[in-house]
Amino acid sequence: MKFGLAPATVLVAALSTTSLSAETLRLLTWGGYAPEDVIALFEAETGHTVEVTTSNNEEMIAKLRATNGGGFDLAQPSQDRIASAQEEFGIYKPLDMSMVDAAQFIPSMLEATAANTTYEGEVYGLPHVWGTSGLVVNTAEAGQVTDYTDLCDASVAGSVSYRLKRPTLIGFAYSMGLDPFAAYSDADAYQGILDEVEAALIECKPNVKTYWDGGDEIKNLLRSGEVVAAMAWDTGGWQLNADNADITFVAPEAGALGWIDTFVLPARGRADEAAYDWINFVMRPEIASMITNTAGNFTAAVDGDAEVSAELKARYQGSFDQAAIDNIKWYPPVPAGLEALEGATLDRINASN
Amino acid sequence: MTTPADLVCKDLTKDFDDFRAVDQVSFEVPQGSFFSILGPSGCGKTTLLRMIAGFQFPTSGDLLIKGKSMIDVGPSKRPVSMVFQHLALFPMMNIGKNVGFGLRQRGVPASEIKTRVGRVLERVGLPGIEDRQVDQLSGGQKQRVAIARCMVLEPDVLLLDEPLGALDLKLREHMKIELKSLQAEFNTTFVYITHDQSEALVMSDNIAVMNKGRFDQIGTAKELYYEPANAFVAGFVGDANKFSGKVMGIDGQRVTVTTNGGAELSAQAMHGTPSIGADAQIFVRPEAIALSKTAPTDNPNTIPRIVDSVLFNGANSMVLLREPQSGETLQVTLPQTGDLLGLGKGDTVFADWDPAQARCFATEGT
Amino acid sequence: MTDKSKLGFYLLLMPLMLWLITLIVLPHIGLFMVSISEKIGVREYETGLGNYAVFFNEPLYWRTFARTAFMSIFTTILTLVLGFPVAYYIAKLTRGRTKTTLFLMCLIPFWVSELVRTFGWMILLRETGVLSNFLQYTGVIGGPVEFLYNDGAIMVGLVYTSILFMIVPLVTTLDSLDDSLIEAGYDLGGTGYSIMREIVIPHAMPGIVSGCIVVFMLSLGNYLTPILLGGKDSLWFTGLIYTQFITRFNWELGSAFGFLLLALSSTIVFLGLKLSRQSLTETMGR
Repeated sequence: MKFGLAPATVLVAALSTTSLSAETLRLLTWGGYAPEDVIALFEAETGHTVEVTTSNNEEMIAKLRATNGGGFDLAQPSQDRIASAQEEFGIYKPLDMSMVDAAQFIPSMLEATAANTTYEGEVYGLPHVWGTSGLVVNTAEAGQVTDYTDLCDASVAGSVSYRLKRPTLIGFAYSMGLDPFAAYSDADAYQGILDEVEAALIECKPNVKTYWDGGDEIKNLLRSGEVVAAMAWDTGGWQLNADNADITFVAPEAGALGWIDTFVLPARGRADEAAYDWINFVMRPEIASMITNTAGNFTAAVDGDAEVSAELKARYQGSFDQAAIDNIKWYPPVPAGLEALEGATLDRINASN
Repeated sequence: MTTPADLVCKDLTKDFDDFRAVDQVSFEVPQGSFFSILGPSGCGKTTLLRMIAGFQFPTSGDLLIKGKSMIDVGPSKRPVSMVFQHLALFPMMNIGKNVGFGLRQRGVPASEIKTRVGRVLERVGLPGIEDRQVDQLSGGQKQRVAIARCMVLEPDVLLLDEPLGALDLKLREHMKIELKSLQAEFNTTFVYITHDQSEALVMSDNIAVMNKGRFDQIGTAKELYYEPANAFVAGFVGDANKFSGKVMGIDGQRVTVTTNGGAELSAQAMHGTPSIGADAQIFVRPEAIALSKTAPTDNPNTIPRIVDSVLFNGANSMVLLREPQSGETLQVTLPQTGDLLGLGKGDTVFADWDPAQARCFATEGT
Repeated sequence: MTDKSKLGFYLLLMPLMLWLITLIVLPHIGLFMVSISEKIGVREYETGLGNYAVFFNEPLYWRTFARTAFMSIFTTILTLVLGFPVAYYIAKLTRGRTKTTLFLMCLIPFWVSELVRTFGWMILLRETGVLSNFLQYTGVIGGPVEFLYNDGAIMVGLVYTSILFMIVPLVTTLDSLDDSLIEAGYDLGGTGYSIMREIVIPHAMPGIVSGCIVVFMLSLGNYLTPILLGGKDSLWFTGLIYTQFITRFNWELGSAFGFLLLALSSTIVFLGLKLSRQSLTETMGR
């Protein structure tokens, strides 16, 4: 062991000295948010190297929690999951706004995200990519599905799918004429809403073919025609639309659920400089367009849609008219402890027979 | 013979893909006799035994036990039992369960199994060991348990597949005698296969010598030893000195052969005399050769030889002699008496034998 | 032992001990500490067995727990029933090259990841999949039938995933069974059934038990197969643990679940050994 330690120390020392000039950026993000060509351009321009780990909201938080905010230099959770996670686990560090080129951000989104990700007076999040979840419908087979609750209609029995996750609870609540986001701060009122949704979803259970888990799974189900209507992300619907013109994303009458994925700095990140360089780089209009073309979702960058492909723009406009855009329900920050209530509801739905 | 023989084989043949393992073998084994099949490894004796047991089916020929054909009878239904080469005692059962296995298969009531197992273990000299495990027994005890496991079923024929092979030399000598007495005790027909001629000679009433799938000779131990039917039997059964050469003269049954080394030897021809000029082999038993320090008179086989080495082994001591001219060696039993006692390497002695005690066979394939 | 050889002994033991302590003992102690801390507020915890109480008070949790255990036991039995003839065929009825080839064929599915294997089953079993289409083509069924998303599909996936771990120890023990024991059984008047019951199975018992332990553990701890092949009601206990850790941020309950799963598997393995009258050292030592 005595002999093993020395080379290891040298190695660590060597790594830390090289990281002073050109850093390694360990990026924890979603699939499609850091395309190869963007990384190549960034590495050529700044000399930093980028290591990408793709994940989702829950796993990002779990990973950072396991290391007390270490192991990554930049993460991209949704804006509603930042303040509560910070309160519970302390896994992020505040942003230094002087390092950010704020002019590249659409001001309204920058402000909204800052407001939602403030904890104890410090701002933790910057907006990056935004999108919605709603309905993906095979219009030839199930054109009558225009709202979340339509998934429980007898005409589509056995051919619908959704996730057994919190967006489903919230979507159904809106569709049933309730306002869950308004009840976020009132646990009793929220529990009341959850109880109503629970009853509806238990009743709806026989209609469901399967609860899907991964994006590829639901796309496969829709593509094969085994499922004709599902609750899913807008990008999934648009990707399917490219192959089969009948399938597309439909903004539900009760409103699509809007999310914004952000930039946050993990509490024990080591390459903050590289992280800020990456943020300022990807918010450039031309880079933002490249990301939109791969991820399928639009960004918070000013003029970020300038070079986005015409097909994608057309699909977006096909799904969202102005009224639908105005009707998007943006996720407010989730208060700490709310997941426990939702979890119990989801468990009961799962267990019902 | 009033009763039919226990085991009869008629032209039994077994072909494998590319060779014939057993070639038209016929023999009869009378009730209560100890019959051995002796042959080198690969001669087909195991295949023959497995056909009798029912594990392999003959290509042609017939097999009768107590007068009934066994060709269409499976191994579990034949009135034969087999003692396997490595005994094949079941290690997952105790001795009582092992011996009682066959009776259980026949649906004999448990109480009767118990008494019969106890009785047969007593007969093999191991009373009261029912509760012991297989690995708690010595090699000789396992042997006896294996026999008891077969004998409890009272088979018409007991087959034994070289069961002494795995034992050490001393135990093997002991078990030879014990097997013979067990056979006498049970008065069951034993068919025993082995490649060890001494096992066969000691125990058997009749021995079949098997070579290349065929029976070369069937006879008593004495017949095989003194009246071998061919060169293979003469060479395989018992020790023998062998000389190859050409037939130079024939006088009745007496044949004179000049060996390849140039020595002139005489021997008795068996089963037809070879013609002059033909290749022939002469076999002489080591104990048939007389040694003397002075040249005996009027004996045709007397040649002075040099002692190559003395192999001292008590009463079984041997001496290796070399004929100085041809270099041919000769193995002779060395009596531990008289003036030959001090024989040493390099001494010259005269070896001779009565031509009536040497055997001459025409070399096969000439 | 001299002082010097003692030192050598400890040095040789060191890697194993390090591995055991750092990768098995310490994480389990940590997990246990987490499992006995109850959350009472933001960043506030107190020690107690509340998480275990939650498990016993919530029918969903212990029902899923029992369901997982029963399905794993059933999978194990099914794997044994399917694996034994295959192992017997490979060990006793084939020789040389054929044996190696058959053994390799059992291994081939394991050259790809479990995920790919499971997707393979999804392609076969789904409503628009190979099996459904084939049955429609042959006229056995009139319209498309969904074979996926039910407990049967989970069972198929689990058996497929774990059968190799049954076949390998079985082939090894059956290989060590001297053919002459089977022949002796027939020679003494045994039937195929009685020889199987009295000779082959008792001999193969250590292999059967070690295969069963491994298959049971693999099924109980499997995550992907039940999630991907199972349906709306097909809950698996590992899925609950994942949910608690990842989506509910409830590490405390998740840790308690983890410990309960450990206790369950240990108990069932212990009972299995007792029932089959085998000892762990004998089964694993072979």
